[in-house]
Amino acid sequence: MHPAFSVIFFTVLSGAGLGLFALIYLADLFKLGGGLPGAYVFWTGVLAIAMVGVGLLSSTFHLANPRNAWRAFSRWRTSWLSREGVLSVAFYPFALAYLGLYWLDMWPVVRHFSGAVATLLAWLTIFSTAMIYASLKTIRHWNTPLVPAAYLSLGHFSGGMILLAAAMLAGVQALPFVMLSLFQLFVAAFVKAIYYYWIDRMGVGSTINTATGFTRAQVKLLDAGHTHGTFLTQEFGYIVPRLTATALRLISMFLAFAVPLVLLYFALEYHAPVLGIVALVSVFAGLVAERWLFFAEARHVVNLYHGAQRC
Amino acid sequence: MRLGLVIDLDVCVGCHACAVSCKQWNASGTTGPLSDYEPYGAEPSGVWFNRIRHYEVGTYPNNKTINFPMSCMHCEDADCVTVCPTGASYKRAEDGIVLVDQDKCMGCNYCSWACPYGARELDRESGTMKKCTLCVDRIYDQAIPEAERQPSCVLTCPAHARMFGDFDDPNSEVSKVVREREGYVLMPELGYNPTNHYLPPRKHKPIPTDIGGDKAGLAGKLKQFVNRMVKR
Repeated sequence: MHPAFSVIFFTVLSGAGLGLFALIYLADLFKLGGGLPGAYVFWTGVLAIAMVGVGLLSSTFHLANPRNAWRAFSRWRTSWLSREGVLSVAFYPFALAYLGLYWLDMWPVVRHFSGAVATLLAWLTIFSTAMIYASLKTIRHWNTPLVPAAYLSLGHFSGGMILLAAAMLAGVQALPFVMLSLFQLFVAAFVKAIYYYWIDRMGVGSTINTATGFTRAQVKLLDAGHTHGTFLTQEFGYIVPRLTATALRLISMFLAFAVPLVLLYFALEYHAPVLGIVALVSVFAGLVAERWLFFAEARHVVNLYHGAQRC
Repeated sequence: MRLGLVIDLDVCVGCHACAVSCKQWNASGTTGPLSDYEPYGAEPSGVWFNRIRHYEVGTYPNNKTINFPMSCMHCEDADCVTVCPTGASYKRAEDGIVLVDQDKCMGCNYCSWACPYGARELDRESGTMKKCTLCVDRIYDQAIPEAERQPSCVLTCPAHARMFGDFDDPNSEVSKVVREREGYVLMPELGYNPTNHYLPPRKHKPIPTDIGGDKAGLAGKLKQFVNRMVKR
């Protein structure tokens, strides 16, 4: 698949924003590390919903006809893309109510209710984003429960790193936040490691034989019927070189998980919030590489009509 | 009704006439124009509803070139319709034709991701997804003679490799020919239940290619000798 930058940017940013919001609510609810100061809860909350907003806005940049984008809220009964739109918009009033009531410091029951509903909607939104990909039978690299598992765990891990940096800057007890981040780091790293292992060993799915119906002979494409590329070859024809893919897998795992693991240790040891921020930058660099690979490594079955032997 | 096409791979000569006539009709049809990018440039490209691929099946000497036209299969379980977030993609209840409402499409490409047959192409000029309409603006047109109320590709095919009809009617031409010639669908394992069917090439005896082998008589040996001597 062609890795479109706007979609990479959107999924990484809004996933982290939604994960961050859910963690802010839970951290505040459980008074993690003695409880974050109010201003930190508020401003990280604002950052979270800004990230979601910027992400959603950037996702409209890949639309060829954004004039009709409002219609995307209509088919939530069947389409995961529509569900994502509906849920992410429903998330906003509850998230804003939570932060607003936090700022005004009033109506704690309503505040908690709004926070809980917004958290639930944040989870459902990340799940919907992942299901956009996981529901496609045409792309076996995506058609697996590991995809929503990865989106949820990576969104919470990257959002949790922002919360950790905020906790360190606020000077509250950092250990619970570090433990939370460590736990999420391992879950996300394991899910991605299993995903890479899995897609390398999927076995045979659709082949050029099932695509043409000639299942008892060797089939070879002689001519695709066009002299230059088409929409199909541009959208689905991208092939990432094997060596590049392997190198990027290692780089993304290193930047997203190994570097922050080491930095978390030193940040805790030497009480250095700056290391938390460096870890945060490393995580996001790793996630951009991870998301680029997520698209680049996926193989659409239509390639069987453009020369691929199996998908 | 369940309208669709049957494509006879035994007689398709791969002339691309169906694709050209499709483009001609639909460029001014309900989903037209079908934009071209750099049509006279070094890298011509554009929107087509119908594309013909050419395959080699089997290995020499038992090989055969198969010309393979493909357009929308108007699937019974069309994922392109269920994934569409705007409701622009729809499948008509009355005849099963899958269409895109050009006024509702936002150009997100998601339906093209869900289609295994590459039937949908984004028009960069209009920003909307376009696809085979089964010439819906032609097959119901009372103003043209009844014999011509067929998709443009079917009418134009010089080899009569394309047939159009109702698959729900067991006595229609398409249903009969699919039964008799063991018509099949593409990638059945994905479960889209395509309406369009393909007829496999008839089995022919392989043409012997080893004339002038060891068993050749004097005439054969002479032929071999002449073939060696005469340079093309």
